[in-house]
Amino acid sequence: MAAGTAVDTSAAKKPSWGAAFTRSEALRGWTLLSPTTILMVVGLAAPLVIMLLYSFWKQEGLTLNTDFTLANYAEVSGKYYTVLLRSLWIAALAAFFTVLLGYPVAYYVAFHAKNSKFIWLILLTIPFWTSYLLRVFALRVIMPEELRATPAAVVIALTHAWAAFAILPIYVSLEKIDRTLLEAAADLGDGAVRRFWRITFPLSLPGVVSAMTLIFVPTIGDYVTPSLIGGGKPATFMIANIIQGQIKSNDWPLAATTAIVSMIMVAIAVYFFVAALKAASRSLR
Amino acid sequence: MSAQPLKKIGERSWGITIFAFLYLAFLYAPMLVLPVFSFADQKVIDFPIKGFTTHWYEEMFAKPEMHKALWNSIQVGVIASLTATLFGLLAAKAITRYAIPGKSIAMGLISLPLFIPEILLGLALLIILNVAGVTLSLLTIAAGHVLLCTPFSMAVLVARLDGFDKSLEEASLDLGESGWMTFWRVTFPLIMPAVVSSLLLTFIVSFDEFLLAFFLQGTEQTLPLYIWSGLRFPSNFPPTLALGSIILVVSIVLVVFAEWLRQAGTGGGKMKVGV
Repeated sequence: MAAGTAVDTSAAKKPSWGAAFTRSEALRGWTLLSPTTILMVVGLAAPLVIMLLYSFWKQEGLTLNTDFTLANYAEVSGKYYTVLLRSLWIAALAAFFTVLLGYPVAYYVAFHAKNSKFIWLILLTIPFWTSYLLRVFALRVIMPEELRATPAAVVIALTHAWAAFAILPIYVSLEKIDRTLLEAAADLGDGAVRRFWRITFPLSLPGVVSAMTLIFVPTIGDYVTPSLIGGGKPATFMIANIIQGQIKSNDWPLAATTAIVSMIMVAIAVYFFVAALKAASRSLR
Repeated sequence: MSAQPLKKIGERSWGITIFAFLYLAFLYAPMLVLPVFSFADQKVIDFPIKGFTTHWYEEMFAKPEMHKALWNSIQVGVIASLTATLFGLLAAKAITRYAIPGKSIAMGLISLPLFIPEILLGLALLIILNVAGVTLSLLTIAAGHVLLCTPFSMAVLVARLDGFDKSLEEASLDLGESGWMTFWRVTFPLIMPAVVSSLLLTFIVSFDEFLLAFFLQGTEQTLPLYIWSGLRFPSNFPPTLALGSIILVVSIVLVVFAEWLRQAGTGGGKMKVGV
């Protein structure tokens, strides 16, 4: 009898658990989402955590000393601040000029390219999908001799490389703008310039901010551009060249530290940039 | 009264039109350089161009290392694009079909490889592979590419699945098909264009990817690694340009085809911006 009831309850419970599973949106969704999430936790989060650990260890010849130390951080901030600052500066200039040049194009596509929007967007994204290595090399070929191997050349190459990343987010935010707002302003007597600065530009700021961030953050770690354009000359070295050198000489803890320090600097820079823009846009309105 | 200002808003201004076309020229000028110099009869890559030759193409095709690198890249690209599209499809389906708590956190995590510098990803992967005692090979490059390609795939597929009509699946289930059969006979044919588009785009990303491959390479080279070594020795420039021109043309054809499929898939009209 006791055995019978036990079987009964389990039989009654099982389908209801299964039904709860199929009925529960969240559970089914997470089951479907979990493989990709686990992939990123194992393939991305875990390696980053281990890299962080490495930055607190020390490479001594061939052995790795796992006693906690901040020596790497002291070494990085003492030795590499020129390169770190140059990387930040180059990335900031690249983000600024890419957005400055890309904004009018995004504006043209959103407001003027009536029937050819699709063609324009395809034309603007194609270069992004083609080999970056080859594009940078080709740019170097058409650059005047005296420009090569200068930080300015690196900025120009980056402006070319990131075009799609500036234009697409800005285009999306311009597309979203309610056209009746512009008509209302026009009816009330605002000229084209006033309409742009008081309506279009403030409303497109989210696109500008995400474009700048999207370009600025990955550019800090760029290796191909300074190596190819700069031809390996220290004057155009960015932080990735330093990291590559440290990996080559097998000092992985120092490489990890350099990478982490540059990321912290990026985070701080982005924080201040966004804060400054918020303040600026408040004063605009 | 209001007709006049209305017209002013949509007015075509010549300044911005000319700027947009100049910008396009700036974007495409370097991409024309490769094919032009690949047919130039000279060792030094500089103007003026002295003559026409197909010699560099012959020299490039004759190199066995090039064939090896090309084959390696195709293998890595196929593995990476298939795996990434599978992961991307699972995530896209989950995101667009179910209300999931913590969805934005998971999406942020999956998109992260797009936003962190590749050198950081490369170094972190190199360290963990070393800790785990994995020997670097083409497979480790492919694994790195899967991480990089999955967010691209997810973005392409989410754009397609977002406009997906749930009632089609529900009708199939109501008529007695199993969940699995519904997927194969209803869902899959409908999202097919986006899946092919995702496979093509992720293949291109992997095929052109340099920095992760640079970090995670074992003894064998992929095509971008081969090109990189070619770019460092000026005597190898012209054949490398020939190779680069072919890759450029193939990439453009694949991208246009993938974008066309993506558009066909979303029913035309509105352009969905994936990235």
